[in-house]
Amino acid sequence: MVTTAQGTDAARAWEAAASVPDPEVPCVTVADLGILRSVDLDDDGTAVAKVTPTYSGCPATLAIEMAVEAALRDAGFEVRVERVLHPAWTTDWITEEGREKLREYGIAPPKKASNSIRALFGEEEVACPKCGSTETERVSEFGSTPCKAHWRCLSCREPFDYFKCL
Amino acid sequence: MTDMNEARLALVLRLADDHLILGHRVSEWCGHAPMLEEDLAMPNMALDLIGQARSLYQYAAELEGKGRSEDDLAYMRREREYRNCLLVERPNGDFAHTMLRQLYFAAFMEAYWTECLTSSDETIRAIAAKAIKEVAYHIRHASEWVVRLGDGTEESASRMAAAVEALHRYTGELFQSDAVTDAMAQAGVAPDPASLKPAFEQTIGPIFAAAGLAVPESDVGPRGGRSGIHGEEMGHLLAELQYMQRTYPGATW
Repeated sequence: MVTTAQGTDAARAWEAAASVPDPEVPCVTVADLGILRSVDLDDDGTAVAKVTPTYSGCPATLAIEMAVEAALRDAGFEVRVERVLHPAWTTDWITEEGREKLREYGIAPPKKASNSIRALFGEEEVACPKCGSTETERVSEFGSTPCKAHWRCLSCREPFDYFKCL
Repeated sequence: MTDMNEARLALVLRLADDHLILGHRVSEWCGHAPMLEEDLAMPNMALDLIGQARSLYQYAAELEGKGRSEDDLAYMRREREYRNCLLVERPNGDFAHTMLRQLYFAAFMEAYWTECLTSSDETIRAIAAKAIKEVAYHIRHASEWVVRLGDGTEESASRMAAAVEALHRYTGELFQSDAVTDAMAQAGVAPDPASLKPAFEQTIGPIFAAAGLAVPESDVGPRGGRSGIHGEEMGHLLAELQYMQRTYPGATW
């Protein structure tokens, strides 16, 4: 994670922005997901938040940028939100804490090391977030949001979302 | 240097138009797909494509530097100004047509974005890094359907074969080189499309084999999209795509 703390104001700005929940997966924050890249203070004290989109077409990108801006304003900062495309976000940016929160929420977290495209599809062992069984099957590649696939557990019979590896 | 910038803008606009127009076509399935999973899948893939188009249009607007926005480029140009290939504007037809069109385009773009990962252009590199993973899902999804239909019932197999017959000749245009692609290939910005044919064939070959389909020998067919000459269906598509902005220019909500 890229954080730059140059004193208490900067740390406070980071805290404010980092605590913003994802609008579609509210159990995790933008910091957990790794989509808040940095918050820096300008010379004139303006908080500059750098945010990166998850999926190219993620409809939540704008909502996230607005929420980050609002959180920083509430904390008393003038704000500028910048969208950065590189380095490209992958699911590997999700923190360990974020993964654990996703699991507790009932969403199977993505596999690590998504950098090989074909390897994305080599492994298909997804553990059920409810009972932990790996006896699971994919129902649909595409789920309730662009970032999730629809799976079901063959052991406890529960359907669940799998956060797609990207 | 101006020529280089013009070529870069032309290239980015072509890519943006390809993605917007196909994204719109795929979105037409929303609410009409044959089963619930597919009704989720189609808008999801449309979102990927339109999202990629957005990034490309934003970059095009920046390169153009005339104060036009991504929305201006997407919604306020005339038909002749769109530079998408003809494949992406083909009507959805039946599910076999839609899935085959998707496979062709995704197989081409996977090869294209792979080369763009080492582009000399930082923005194209960043867009490629994201898009290439999304497109991998599109290939998997489309290939499953091409195999299921091609290797399915007599009815589904004949429809799949008809889709190949109708659409394969539109793939030739994808590999067409011209002054724009030559300049961009030379500058290391984007690959020469002609060079991507082997990778494309490597992707679709095994899928066609599994589906019991023969890859047609010729991909020669209608061309003209890159110079703004489109088929009749394009106007109908734009009428719907642009309706809101044409009726209420500058509308926001």
